[in-house]
Amino acid sequence: MPIPSPLYSRTAALCTTQEWRDWSGYFSAITYGPSYEVEYYAVRNAAGLMDASPLYKYEIRGADAERLLDRMVTRNVAKSRVGQVLYTPWCDEDGKVIDDGTLARLGPQHFRLTAADPSLRWLQDVGYGLDVELRDVSTELAALALQGPNSYAILQSLLPKAKLGGLRYYNLLQTEFNHTPLTITRTGYTGDLGYELWVAPEHAPALWDSIMETGAGYGILPLGLAALDILRVEAGLLLIEVDYSSTLHARIPDQQSSPYEIGLGWAVDLDKPDFIGKQALQAEHAAGTPRSLVGLEVNWYDLERLFGEANLPPQVAGRASRTAVPVYAGEEHVGQATSMVFSPILKKYIALATVRSEHAALGSQLEFEITVEYVRKRASATVTKMPFYNPAQKRALPNG
Amino acid sequence: MANSATYDAIVIGGGHNGLVNAAYLARAGLKTLVLEQRHVLGGATVSEEIYPGFKFSVFSYVVSLMRPEIIRELELVRHGLTILPLESTITPLPDGRYIYRGPDSAATFRNISQFSTRDAEAYREYSYAMYHMAKAVKYILSIRPPDPTSFDPRELLALLKLGKHFLSLGEENIYTLAKLMTMSSADFLEEWFETDPLIATLSASGIIGTFLGPRSPGSAYVLLHHYMGEIDGVFRAWGFARGGTGGVAEAIASSARALGAELRTEARVAHVITRNGRAVGVALENGDEIYAKRIISSLDPKLTFLKLVDQNELPSDLVNRVGKFDSYGSSGKVNLALDAMPELSCLPGYGEHMRGAISISPSVNYIERAYDEAKYGRFAKKPYVDIIFPSAIDPGMAPPGKHVMSCFVQYAPYQLAEGDWNSQREAFGDAVVDTLSEYMPNLKQLILHRQVLSPWDIEQTIGLSGGNIFQGELSLSQLFFLRPAPGYAQYRTPIANYYQCGSGTHPGGGITGAPGRLAAIEILKDAGKVLQ
Amino acid sequence: MSAHADPQTYDAIIIGGGHNGLVAALTLARAHRRVLVLERRAQLGGAASTEELIPGFRFNTGAPNANLLPADVFGLFRQHPPDFMQPAVRAFAPQPDGSGITIWRDTERTAMELATRSAKDAKAYWEFARQLERFAGVLSKMAHLRPPSLTQNPARLLMAWAGLALQLRRLGARDMMDFMRVLPMGAATWLNEHFEDEGIKGLYAAYATTGIMQGPRASGTAFMLLYQHMGGTLQRLVRGGVGAVSESLAKEATQLGVSIRTGAGVARILTSDGGVTGVELEDGEQIHARQVLSNADPHTTFLKLLGSAQLEPRLYRRFRSLKLRGSSATVHFALGGVPQFLGAVGQADRLQGDIIISPSLDYAEQAYDDAKHGRLSAAPVLIARIPSLLDASLAPTRKHTLSVTVRYAPYALAESNWDAERERMGDMVLDMLAEYAPSLRTLVEDRRVITPLDYEREYGLAGGSEMHGQMGLDQLLLNRPVPGSVGFRLGGHGPRGLYICGAGGHPGGGLTGLPGLLAAQQALQEQP
Repeated sequence: MPIPSPLYSRTAALCTTQEWRDWSGYFSAITYGPSYEVEYYAVRNAAGLMDASPLYKYEIRGADAERLLDRMVTRNVAKSRVGQVLYTPWCDEDGKVIDDGTLARLGPQHFRLTAADPSLRWLQDVGYGLDVELRDVSTELAALALQGPNSYAILQSLLPKAKLGGLRYYNLLQTEFNHTPLTITRTGYTGDLGYELWVAPEHAPALWDSIMETGAGYGILPLGLAALDILRVEAGLLLIEVDYSSTLHARIPDQQSSPYEIGLGWAVDLDKPDFIGKQALQAEHAAGTPRSLVGLEVNWYDLERLFGEANLPPQVAGRASRTAVPVYAGEEHVGQATSMVFSPILKKYIALATVRSEHAALGSQLEFEITVEYVRKRASATVTKMPFYNPAQKRALPNG
Repeated sequence: MANSATYDAIVIGGGHNGLVNAAYLARAGLKTLVLEQRHVLGGATVSEEIYPGFKFSVFSYVVSLMRPEIIRELELVRHGLTILPLESTITPLPDGRYIYRGPDSAATFRNISQFSTRDAEAYREYSYAMYHMAKAVKYILSIRPPDPTSFDPRELLALLKLGKHFLSLGEENIYTLAKLMTMSSADFLEEWFETDPLIATLSASGIIGTFLGPRSPGSAYVLLHHYMGEIDGVFRAWGFARGGTGGVAEAIASSARALGAELRTEARVAHVITRNGRAVGVALENGDEIYAKRIISSLDPKLTFLKLVDQNELPSDLVNRVGKFDSYGSSGKVNLALDAMPELSCLPGYGEHMRGAISISPSVNYIERAYDEAKYGRFAKKPYVDIIFPSAIDPGMAPPGKHVMSCFVQYAPYQLAEGDWNSQREAFGDAVVDTLSEYMPNLKQLILHRQVLSPWDIEQTIGLSGGNIFQGELSLSQLFFLRPAPGYAQYRTPIANYYQCGSGTHPGGGITGAPGRLAAIEILKDAGKVLQ
Repeated sequence: MSAHADPQTYDAIIIGGGHNGLVAALTLARAHRRVLVLERRAQLGGAASTEELIPGFRFNTGAPNANLLPADVFGLFRQHPPDFMQPAVRAFAPQPDGSGITIWRDTERTAMELATRSAKDAKAYWEFARQLERFAGVLSKMAHLRPPSLTQNPARLLMAWAGLALQLRRLGARDMMDFMRVLPMGAATWLNEHFEDEGIKGLYAAYATTGIMQGPRASGTAFMLLYQHMGGTLQRLVRGGVGAVSESLAKEATQLGVSIRTGAGVARILTSDGGVTGVELEDGEQIHARQVLSNADPHTTFLKLLGSAQLEPRLYRRFRSLKLRGSSATVHFALGGVPQFLGAVGQADRLQGDIIISPSLDYAEQAYDDAKHGRLSAAPVLIARIPSLLDASLAPTRKHTLSVTVRYAPYALAESNWDAERERMGDMVLDMLAEYAPSLRTLVEDRRVITPLDYEREYGLAGGSEMHGQMGLDQLLLNRPVPGSVGFRLGGHGPRGLYICGAGGHPGGGLTGLPGLLAAQQALQEQP
C-alpha cells in the first residue's frame, strides 16, 4: 500500500478522478481532472505543478565527497561548479546502468543526488573508507516540479528576491521560503522551461499553496503522471524499468544496458580517472555499441491506411503506452519501441525505441508493429532526431 | 496360485510421495495398489479433526514446493486441490517492534527501513539473487541424480549435462551457489543484511526440519531448498492447501483412484517377500500376502532397507550406510484449538498479517541457544516457532469465529538426554505456549485444546524413523547422488523389482511430490514404459 | 648489469616475509626475476617464526611444526635445507580418568593400544587411518592444483579438472563416493561412524576444528581433519624451531639475488589504470614493480593496502564478507623441567608430538558454544607442544618450552576485551593443564600469552585469523579468499598484477608453502 506524500493533503484535494499510481511507495496522481491533455497543455503553454517528492534523495558531504561521486557516476564531477547540476547515469563494474538522476553541487564538498531507486547501499559501498557523510534525505525533503513557459514568471513573483533571471539550465540557487531553506534547480522531466523546488516536508504544502495561488493568474494547473509521461517522451527522456532496466533488476544479460545503448554516451567521460565500469565502457566505446536508443516517428499515412483497411480511423496511444512492441527492418527484428505516444502538440505518433546500432542512423527506415482490430500489422517509421519537441525556452535565460 | 502377481505394482505407504508414485504408475496402465498402515491416507500430509469441529494439519502445514507439473499432470485441481496464498511473515520482537515482510513491497521496504535503510534496499536485491539461485537448482530437482562413479556413457552424459548447466548459470551465480551449498544461513544472510532479527527470521528457513543451527554450515542450502517454492510458476510463494495439508493428499489420492489405483488403509506391511533376490510381494501384519511384479517403498530409508527386507539380501555396505543415515528429528509441532483469534501485542487486531506466518525468531543467538539445548538432548525452553492460523486462511478449518493455530517448533530432539517424550511432552508444550504468550498475552485463556507432537510422537504415529520430517537430514552428505546412499540414489535397490520413492531419495523432503514422480519415471523405464 | 641501473625498480615485490612470501620470492628468483621482499617486522618468517619471547627460551610463535610441508617445497632447498626431526608419535591425549590415548605413526601400535579401551575402535582405527590417508592424499593433490577460471574456455576448464576427476575415480567407486560424502561432513558424524570411545573422537575433533570457528558437529570440519593430515600421520619438527624453515628460505633467496628488507612496512599498493605499479612504504618511500604478490592476509591486502576507492563495490562486498573468525590463542610457558602427564608418566616419547586436551566430542562442541556467543571457552580444547624435548637448542639446559594453543578464543569478545582477559586466560590454561600434569605448576618459570588481538597487532593477522580467513568449505578453491579469486587474482575485476601469495589463497593456511608457490607460478605465467 502506498502512503501519503508530504503534499498528499494538497494533491488529494485536487485529484477529482481518484486515479492514483504507486510511485516508490507513495500515492501519486495520474490525472487530476477528466482530461490529461489539459494538464499537458498547461505545461506546454502556461505552467504545471507536480509533486515529485517520491524521488529518492541523498546528501553526500565531506572531504572525499567529490572523489566518491567521481568514482560512482560517469560524468566528470571534479569539473562541476558549485551551483551546477549534472544529469548522469551510474553503472556497475560491467558498465551497465544501475540508475540515472541529477547531481546538484551545493558546495565544494556538498552534493545532493536524486535517484529513481533506493541507492544508499550502493553509495555506501562505493564510498567505503572515504571521508564522507552519506545521508538518505528522501523523507527529509519534499520536491515540487514547476514546469512550463510561465514557471519563471510565477516563481519570480512569488520569490522576488531570488535571482531567477540569471539561473541557467541545469544550475541551482539556494534561497528561503517562509524562513526555511529552499533549493531551486532549473531542471525537470518535461523538456520545457521549468524548476524543481526542494524544501523540508513540513513547508511543502505552504509552498504548493503559494505557487498555485500565484500561478492562478498564469494558468497553472496541477500536473499528473499521465501528462508527464507524454511530456517526457516528447522531450526524449528515459524512464527506468520502461525504456531500460536497471542492471540490478535484470534477469538475463540482455536486459542490461550500457549508457551508450540508452543514448547517454554523451554523459560518459572516458577521460576522467578510474570510475566504476570505466574499463568495460572503454572497451564498448572502442568496439562500438551493439544497440542504440532512437526516436521513431511512425508514418501517419501508413497508420491511416492500415486502420482504413479496417474502416477505422488511426487508433494510437493517447496516454503514453509502456507496452513494448517489436521493431523491424524488412523481415528482421531489430529492436523494440518501449514508450510511445501521440504527441498532442506535434500531431505525430512518436516512440522511444532501442534498435541494433546499424539501424540507428537518423532517417533510417524501420517498421513498427501496430495492432489493427487484433491483427498485427506493420507501419513504417523513421529514426528521428530527439528531443521530438525542444522549445527555445528550455535552455534560454527567461528574461534574456 | 498363491504367488502369482495380482498387481503390477504395490506402493508401501500412502504418504504424498507414495500416492504420487502410484498415480503415475496407474496412469501408465499398471495395476497399482497402495498400502497405508493408518486409517487415513497422507502420511505426514494429513488433516485430522483432533478436536470436534477443528481440523488440524497435524504435521506438515504449508505447501510451497509441490511441483507444478504434478498438479497439471495428475489434474489435482479437478480432484479438489486449491492452494491458498500465504504471503506474509511477521516477526514480533521483545521490544514491541516487529519485522514485516509481505506482498506489499512498499510496506516491507518501509518496515525494514525502520531498522536499516541499507537492509531494506538489500532485501530487494536479495530477492533477485535468490530468484537466480532457485532457477539454478530447479533443474537439479527435476532430474534423476547421475552416478558419478559409473563409466556408463549415459551417466557420463548426464554428468556432462549437469556441468554444462552449472556453467550456463554465469560466473556470479556459480559463486553464489557454491556459497549456498556450503555456508551457514546466518553467514550467508550477514553478507546481505545487518539487522539481526531480519537475519534470524530469514535464516530460520535454513534450519526447518534439520538438526542445524543458523550458524551451522549447510543451513544455507536448506534455506535455498525452502526458496524453491513455486505456486503457479511464481517463485517464493508459500501456500496453504484448502482443507489443510490433507487436502493435498486427498487430491492426489482421488486422482490416483480415478486413474485406476487401489488404495487400502489400515494395511500394515510386515515385510517385503523376496524370491531369488527379487521382490515379489508383501506380507501384511495380519498375515495376508499380496503379490505384485514390483514393490515400491515410500517409507524412509531405514524402514525401506533395514525393516522391510532381510538385511542379508543387501550388500553390507548399504546396510552399514543406511544404518548411519542421519535421520534424527529436531522439530515438534503444537496444534491449538482456540476460542478466538489471539492478539499479537506488537500489532494488535485481526489484520492481514494474521493470515500470514508469525515467526518467533527475535535474534540469531536466540535460535542458536535453542539449538545449543537440542545438541545435548534437551528441548528448547525458548524455541523458534513458526506459526500460522489455518482457519484465518481457510475458514473451513474451524467453527465460525474459532481458530486453529499451527505451531512448528524447533528444537525438540528425538533423543532426550534425560527422561523420555512421554514424560516430557507436556512440559515441552508448556514451554511453547509460554514462549508464545510473551508475544500474544491473551493466548492461554483462548486455548480449548492442545495437541503436542515430539519427533518421537511423529515416529510413533506415522512411522518416520527418528521423527525426521524430511525422512533424513538435508545435509550435503545426504543429498543428490548420496541420497539415501551412494550408488542407490536412482530409486532402485539391490533387490530387483524393489524401489524407493520417499523423501529419503532425491530431491528430498517437503511436499514436493518430486521423489514420487522421479521414481515413477525410473520404474516405468524398467517396465518398458515412458511417463507421459 | 644495466637492468640494475634503477635500483628502485623490480619485476616483483613481495609484501610480507612469511614463509609463503619467501617461497614465492624464491620461485620467482629461480625464473630470473628481480624480486624485493618487504617485511614489516624486524624478523622474517611471519607466522612461521621462532622467537625468544622469554630470555633463553625460543618458541614457535606461529606454525608449530612442518607436518604439511610438501615435497615440491622441499625441492626449493638446495644449499640450506632445514633439519627435520620425525618423532614416532603424532599425538597424545590425556584423559580425565588418568588414562591416555596415543596416536603413533605406526598404525598397528596405535590400534594395539586402542584395544585396551575398545576392541571395536581398535579395529575401526585401521579403516579410519586408511580413509584418512587416502582422502587426505586426494586433498593434497587438489592443494597442488591452481583453481581454474570459470570464464576461460571450457576446454581448459575441463582439462584442469579432468586430472582431479581421474584422481577421484582412482579411489574406486566405494572410496570415491565416501570421499564425496565425507568431505562436507561434520567431523563428529564421521568420527561417530568409526569410533565409540569419546576420547579418540575428542582427540580428532581438536584437529578437525583447527582454525575454524565451528564445533566438530559443523559441516566442513571433516575437511579440516583431512587437511591437517595432508602430510600423513607423521609429525615433522624442525631443529632450531619452525623459524629455521623461513631462515633457510631467506638464505636460498638471498643467494639468488632476492633483496630482502625488514622493518619495511607497506602502507599502500600503488595502481594506475587498473594495474599495480608498486608499493608505498610507511615512511613514504615508493618502490615500483610490475607485479605485487601480497603475503599479507586478503583483508589487509585489499581493504587496507589497496584501500579506499580502488575496489569496485562487487569486490568490496566480497572482502567485507570475508570471514576471518580468528579463534585461537596461545600460551607459551618457560618450564624448569619436563612435566609428567597422567597416562604417560615416565614416557616422554609420548609427549614429543601434539598433546591434546579434548576428552570428548561434546567437550569440544561445548567449547565452541561459548565462543559462538562471544566468550572464551570455559573449558577450552588445548593442543600443547614441548618441542624442546627433541631439540635442546630451544631452551637452556634441562629446561623446556611448552606452547599451548587455546581453542576457542574468539577474536571478538561479546562482553569483554582481550587486554582484560589476557592473563586470566593464562591462569586458566595453567589450571586446566595442571589437572592432567600436576607437576606443571611448580615447573613454570615464566609465560607469555598471545591473544587473537595480539596476532592482529603483532603479526598483522586481520581478525586474528591464523589461516588468513577461515577455512570453511565456503572459502576454498574458487572462493578463496573470496569468490572470483581465480589464479590468485580477482577475475577481471581486481587490479592487474596483484596476487595473493599467502594463506588467504588456495589451498589455504598452514606451513605448506603452496599458496606462495602457486601464486608465483601464476605470476610467471601471466607476465612471461
